[in-house]
Amino acid sequence: MVYLTRKAEFSASHVYHNPEFTPEENRRVFGKCNNPNGHGHNYTLEVTVKGEVDPRSGFVVDLKQLKETMHREVLDAMDHRFLNKEVPEFLHQIPTTENIAIAIWQRLATKLASAKLHRVRVYETPDLFVDFYGEA
Amino acid sequence: MKAYLSRRYLFSASHRLHSEAMSQAENQSTYGKCNNPHGHGHNYTVEVTVSGQVDEKTGMVCNLADLDGFIEREVLARYDHENLNTLPEFSQEVPTTENLCIHIYEIVQRSFHQAHLERVRIEETMMNSFEYAGEGS
Repeated sequence: MVYLTRKAEFSASHVYHNPEFTPEENRRVFGKCNNPNGHGHNYTLEVTVKGEVDPRSGFVVDLKQLKETMHREVLDAMDHRFLNKEVPEFLHQIPTTENIAIAIWQRLATKLASAKLHRVRVYETPDLFVDFYGEA
Repeated sequence: MKAYLSRRYLFSASHRLHSEAMSQAENQSTYGKCNNPHGHGHNYTVEVTVSGQVDEKTGMVCNLADLDGFIEREVLARYDHENLNTLPEFSQEVPTTENLCIHIYEIVQRSFHQAHLERVRIEETMMNSFEYAGEGS
């Protein structure tokens, strides 16, 4: 089994707000991230796939296909967007880094041709990142 | 859904690697430049990984402000701009980054209960790093 990781970057804005919370509760739980006008990050996405090395090509996965799938399924939807308003998953769910990692996993898991998705890692900043392995 | 959240923190400290159980020559050959009696320092990066179910109400594994506050009070305030050899945990133990990693893991494991601690990873320099995920892992 060999693991291959492909990186990508996207920039997006978001706001953390739960309509079920009172304004005080929202401010207390989410702090600065509750600013109603939103704020943004340069996200780094790392997608790790795993599989056996194909004896004919020497590849775990066709990198061009993986790159295209990441662009089509993730970057086209999230890059330069206001996540809360423009990405369907976040119309009713808070776009935390945790939920972004889960949403990206769900967008990619069934779309990969040969290799199996192993891990989605999303960096919100260089000092904060979330890993999701598809665990319930 | 179970997710893993990692956060990186910085602190600077000095240390000297020297074991009372070794002769001077043995200390020299084992620790090399790190045995310099005057000590030397590093900018350490501590990466703390916690895990748990993503809370449906907040979208979070745990509130980052809680984790940051805990690490600030219990880890950074203890180690930042200190000489590690002068601290009680290193009075009988060599302050290698392996041992430092274990101590920080134990501090978080003992008192931070908002999420499950997975591991502590410390970069002593850009070229070396150490990880501890508890006994038996």
